[in-house]
Amino acid sequence: MSVATASPPKASTREFIRKGQPPTEDYRELLFDLEAKGELEVQRVPEPFVEVETKYGRKKKIPLEFTWHHKSCGQCGHIPGYSTAIFWLNRQFNKDYHDPKDQSSCTAWNYYASSTSNSAAQAAVAIRNFAQAKLDGYFPLIHCGTSYGHYKEVREEILHHQKLRDQVRKVMDRLKMPFVFPEEIVHYSEWVHVMADDIAKKQVLDFSNIRTTVHPACHYHKLVVEDAIYDRDLYDGQRTAIVSGLVKALGAEVADYSTWHDCCGFGFRHILVSRDFSRSFATIRKIERMKEEANPDVTLTHDTGCVTTLDKSQFSTQAHGRNVGIPVMSDAQFAALAMGAHPYKVCQLHWHGVDMKPLMEKMGIDHEKAWAEFEEVAGRLKENGTEFMTWEDADA
Amino acid sequence: MSIYKDAKYMDVPYEEKQKLFQEVKDDMRWDTTLYGCYECGICVAACPSARFYDFSPRVFAQIMAREDVDTFYELLNDSVWDCSQCFSCTRCPRQNNPGTIITIMREVAVNHGLSSAKKALQAYSRIIYKIMSTGTQVAPDMLQPDFFPDWGPDVKAVSENLDVWRRAIPPETMHTTELAWDVSEKTRLELYMIWKLTGNLEMIEKIDEGIFMILEEVMEELLDEHGYDIDDFENVLED
Repeated sequence: MSVATASPPKASTREFIRKGQPPTEDYRELLFDLEAKGELEVQRVPEPFVEVETKYGRKKKIPLEFTWHHKSCGQCGHIPGYSTAIFWLNRQFNKDYHDPKDQSSCTAWNYYASSTSNSAAQAAVAIRNFAQAKLDGYFPLIHCGTSYGHYKEVREEILHHQKLRDQVRKVMDRLKMPFVFPEEIVHYSEWVHVMADDIAKKQVLDFSNIRTTVHPACHYHKLVVEDAIYDRDLYDGQRTAIVSGLVKALGAEVADYSTWHDCCGFGFRHILVSRDFSRSFATIRKIERMKEEANPDVTLTHDTGCVTTLDKSQFSTQAHGRNVGIPVMSDAQFAALAMGAHPYKVCQLHWHGVDMKPLMEKMGIDHEKAWAEFEEVAGRLKENGTEFMTWEDADA
Repeated sequence: MSIYKDAKYMDVPYEEKQKLFQEVKDDMRWDTTLYGCYECGICVAACPSARFYDFSPRVFAQIMAREDVDTFYELLNDSVWDCSQCFSCTRCPRQNNPGTIITIMREVAVNHGLSSAKKALQAYSRIIYKIMSTGTQVAPDMLQPDFFPDWGPDVKAVSENLDVWRRAIPPETMHTTELAWDVSEKTRLELYMIWKLTGNLEMIEKIDEGIFMILEEVMEELLDEHGYDIDDFENVLED
């Protein structure tokens, strides 16, 4: 029996080096093959783009502008500061983008909740949106984690099933629209990730005393895993780098907690009609664990359902004396605040449940003044029922 | 025969259960969902629903692998609706995908209008109406204290100030209270065509006839305005 002469390497010094071929196919080869056969049209990622490493080493192209903003119904409907912050960031960097009205949601929240649809309908909804993006001359940037996950699933089904392609083609022919698929399925948080250093250069608030926890969205990194972005410098490349990379770039702390891999408890159907489950899971498995193990000032995530569930579940749980009370927001809202975005006019934090005031105070934001400024604009709108807040108002 | 002595739904003919079981296996996604089971329990450990319900993704994988049609039928009628569809179970070392098995099973349950599916989706019908008629699932005016009493006083504040607060959002696509964003009429028209062409509307008829009738009326009106006859849209899946 041999005797160990040295201690095993510590986790912090251990290197994970990828060897051999990725366990999954490069879907782009299949996509381009189908294009060569005339089955569909591939929309290329427009320049300028940045290439980043994905789970199994493939380089993914992330477009910096000319993006078609595939909005999220949950974000726009219930947490509008989420989408507004994404647009605001694009505007701060003078990026050319398109916010379309000719866009449906992916309809996948309903599909995962109720299954009252089928593969052909779901694929046709996706392709209709992609075709419209191509016709508008912009590249799809997906705001929602559910849409991102679902469109990856749709891609897998379209690539491998001739019958489905034929069905979708018949639908698109009736709609008089082309059969288009984008070269990459890109989530907005990937855009935020590649823009993190530029965002940090425009940072006006000091976040060095802000401690965060990060919840990676299930449909981002668990559903069709090979598209998700990883970085060897973050968690040794063992967890997705999304969100955490931004937090580090902004000088805030990413604190670890044991249930990082757990879902938020959204459940699709549950958050709407069986919320006792969502509340219990979100607070007992996520919020309380974070509070106990990391005590963060804020928890950040990058999906509609996660922000909603983690935030809204905390109110009634307080009544039971549970250890909750962590503000929840998206990476985009966090980035926008760092760059000086208005907490109410841009980040619309009054739509969130958990009290954000202690966090804002720690960030150096005068929330009383900010709320008075919002109220001033809202008062004006109230008097004139046809007016809207403009981007100029938001930055005034 | 079921491996469980206390198996339910034994009054349902085996042939009926077998038919539904076969429909799941005939789905194009089936071939990439199940590769055998180590019984390691990783999927259960990762599963949020397993922590709060009598639910196990492992049972779904094992029952499907064993072709236990009786227990399949029991799962189809009961715990299939407990799944969170988060796909945490794809952490499986055999690369099984119980989440997708469940998606397919739910689709079969809806397609056959099973009473258990109707019951599970009873409170959910208005959401189905919203998504199919507008293309967006949730809307600002859903934020009512009666519907979300557990979300706290902020919901009341939002509902009381809804009109002004929606106009106090800079992107112009979001100045609506009834939709998540201002969805164009063209989008809705094309969605209706998709629902008809893919037989989606027929699925709704099986699960909720009332919602089906309202949806058909709304769709018919818009299609008619644009010179289309709703009956001209054949189900392309039947070819």
